[in-house]
Amino acid sequence: MISFFFEVLIGGLLSGVMYSLVALGFVLIYKASGVFNFAQGSLVFFAALTFVGLTEHGLSFGVALVATLAVMIVLGLLIERLVLRPLVNQPQISLFMATIGLSFFIEGLAQLLWGANVRGLELGIQDEPIKWLSDVAGINVSKFDLVAAGIAAVLVAGLGLFFSRTRIGRALRAVADDHQAALAVGIPLQQIWGIVWAVAGFVALVAGMLWGARNGVQFALTFVALKALPVLILGGFESIPGAIVGGLIIGATEKLAEVFLGPYVGGGIEGWFPYVLALLFLLVRPEGLFGEKIIRRI
Amino acid sequence: MLYREAGQFKSTYAADAAILPIRQDRIGLALILVVAFVVIPLTATPYLFSAILIPCLILALAALGLNILTGYAGQLSLGTAAFMAVGAFASYNFLLRIPGIPLLLAFAGGGVMAAAVGILFGLPSLRIRGFYLAVATLAAQFFILWFLTKVGWVTNYNSSGVITARGMVIAGYAFDSPQEKYLLVLTIVTLLALAAKNMTRGNIGRQWMAIRDMDVAAEVIGIRPVRAKLLAFAVSSFYCGVAGALYAYAYLGTVEPEAYNLDLSFRILFMIIIGGIGTILGAFLGSAFIVVMPIVLTIVVHFLDDTLHLSVASSVASNVELMVFGGLIIFFLIVEPHGLARIWQITKEKLRLWPFPH
Amino acid sequence: MQPDPPLPTPTRRIGDVILSLEHISLAFGGVKALSDITFDVREHEVRAIIGPNGAGKSSMLNVINGVYRPQQGTITYRGRVRRGMDSHDVAVAGIARTFQNIALFKGMTVLDNIMTGRNLKMHASFIEQAIWIGRARREELAHRAKVEEIIDFLEIQHIRKTPVGRLPYGLQKRVELARALAAEPSLLLLDEPMAGMNVEEKQDMCRFILDVNEQYGTTIVLIEHDMGVVMDISDRVVVLDYGRKIGDGDPAAVRGSKAVIDAYLGVAH
Repeated sequence: MISFFFEVLIGGLLSGVMYSLVALGFVLIYKASGVFNFAQGSLVFFAALTFVGLTEHGLSFGVALVATLAVMIVLGLLIERLVLRPLVNQPQISLFMATIGLSFFIEGLAQLLWGANVRGLELGIQDEPIKWLSDVAGINVSKFDLVAAGIAAVLVAGLGLFFSRTRIGRALRAVADDHQAALAVGIPLQQIWGIVWAVAGFVALVAGMLWGARNGVQFALTFVALKALPVLILGGFESIPGAIVGGLIIGATEKLAEVFLGPYVGGGIEGWFPYVLALLFLLVRPEGLFGEKIIRRI
Repeated sequence: MLYREAGQFKSTYAADAAILPIRQDRIGLALILVVAFVVIPLTATPYLFSAILIPCLILALAALGLNILTGYAGQLSLGTAAFMAVGAFASYNFLLRIPGIPLLLAFAGGGVMAAAVGILFGLPSLRIRGFYLAVATLAAQFFILWFLTKVGWVTNYNSSGVITARGMVIAGYAFDSPQEKYLLVLTIVTLLALAAKNMTRGNIGRQWMAIRDMDVAAEVIGIRPVRAKLLAFAVSSFYCGVAGALYAYAYLGTVEPEAYNLDLSFRILFMIIIGGIGTILGAFLGSAFIVVMPIVLTIVVHFLDDTLHLSVASSVASNVELMVFGGLIIFFLIVEPHGLARIWQITKEKLRLWPFPH
Repeated sequence: MQPDPPLPTPTRRIGDVILSLEHISLAFGGVKALSDITFDVREHEVRAIIGPNGAGKSSMLNVINGVYRPQQGTITYRGRVRRGMDSHDVAVAGIARTFQNIALFKGMTVLDNIMTGRNLKMHASFIEQAIWIGRARREELAHRAKVEEIIDFLEIQHIRKTPVGRLPYGLQKRVELARALAAEPSLLLLDEPMAGMNVEEKQDMCRFILDVNEQYGTTIVLIEHDMGVVMDISDRVVVLDYGRKIGDGDPAAVRGSKAVIDAYLGVAH
């Protein structure tokens, strides 16, 4: 029984890592431009679909990867240029709704280009239990999930360092704080935003590939991406470690609730549990675990 | 030349405060009402009623509800469809369990139930704002739909999950034909739209807009944000609830949770963005746009298919539809954030001057 | 030829103390905005609060009207003693204010903004408003008439249907004053009502403030930087510096006080 609990817990934590990856993309863009990019999920979907589509057309893994990365970067730059720049002075709610529209656009485009069939994505890592762990402790932990967690950890560490140690990272933080001030100090706003969207595109690609390999590349992926929202609420919108912690919590609690509470109420809790959890959390702490308290002066 | 206001003086505040102070507007509205209530029922085809007019009116009602909440009171909601579902299922249960209950009362009861649920899920808005609130409404959307699917009592333990909506009968008269359904829906929607217009012009409307624009200042002048916000949720959900009941009984013919999914919530949000946030007219313009657009697209695709022999798959049309919707949202937000309603207003202002340029 | 005899000064009866602040201390995190402030305001007078930027003047008004709750001290308004007042209760008690950075409702017209000031006097329920009969209709029209009086008084008839966001700064300030007046307050708090105005606009605003004080008997507490205005129109002055009170009395006395000169006014060269 205990080992089953741990199995579910670890499985949940690892799937939480996946949520974190999607949330990372959100955090990057929000941190640097103050835009809440609802379309991040569809970017993940688009990346995965493009990669699979390219490999189906005969490109090798490596070439397809590079090509998809290039596509994502170009897409990010286009989004910044065509959607965000014209809306730069509008209230945040307008930008948010524009990204909702963007998400629909990208989903339609992705399916238009590559078709709507479910595809498998092969990454070469097997989704099977780690043998010695299941032999010794009776716990089944998927090799794949562990590798995904490792990749996510590397990504997070890298991004964290990037933001806090490099000059560009500092510029990004300045831009997120105050556009006008950043401009006044000579930070090239457009370039910075271009960089941010490119990095977010890269993160979306990694997330897309991992998710796609795990669950198959299909439209339902965009719903998975919606789950990143409760992650952001728990972890705060601006914190990279927060995205990870939030993801872990959401992933773990979601699975635990489904397995242990689900049978009492007919199952299917996974669909709403993270949102209700986030809602309850917001009532107590509106800025999230890692977010900053907002003081409004009049 | 046609649209001159000159010579129309208002000598009382009552006249100035009227919904349509300009005589030409009143004539215009009278014409629209005549067309809507008389001409269309006599001339339109059943297809027009069932596929366009009825859903357009019903969704406009839901859009009105969302506009009250998001456009006037500034509380972003992504759970509109869930409140519609509550209205539909509540109406179903009233009709089922209270024999002989009048149809309209059942619908109103559905609206009231939706309002109650709306207040419940609106409580977080007292602490949370902006897109945090949007996520909270997502919780409502997913939870409510799960609840309506899982809890047997609500669906009367129906095994298939799809309940057939019985026909609409008021005082012995059955509203069966598309024409009759259309007239019933039109009447209900018109009355509720009038009520909405009155509310938004009055004190409660100003309270809502004050909360939306600067709630700290609103508090300082004595408005109670708690009451105003919860009232916005209640009224908005009532409208969505009635719309949901009509959606089931006058349009779909079934009462099922899947019809009220997240996709519908987004469509209604798109309606008010394109139509014009914070306007009553916008709900109708947006609804017409969103309902008619897919049909137009399908026609265009078929036309291209036939003339250019492209043999376009049907999935292409639906994907293009997604892209067009998404693109139009972005387009409107960039070019005219106040939507079609503002474009209409600008047109009227140009008409005032016509044929003079300025 | 004899010079004209001096015009009799209008006799405003300055009454008893209606607002009393005692030992008010307010801090945000580590920042002390107000330290042990004590002063009072008499009915029908014009009380000015002056001091350098950051002295805590706006915070003082925010405490009076319930936006901030002081950590220490009490506020006594018309005999009721409390630590801090709830915004809503303050409004009901008849205190209205304007803000330094205009707090108008940008999405509404001038008329609607001022009508919101009548909010506490409207009692029709939302259902009555939805049907627009009887009480709702009568109230709306009656309050509209009252608001039009204020619009006349402040000479803003020509912009009554303009969305507030489109107005120039000076007019927005006037609309904000109108909204505060619409509540028929007994105490009016004005936060830098003349900031950013040119000489003409300032004269107009002074005239309006004095008219409000004389015609309606409204007690006025105002924050202002323009010393000329302060000396001209106020009955008594409080001086704040770094959250402390460094002067309190009639304008002439305050102007001559060394502490105030050192901190704020400076010396004429």
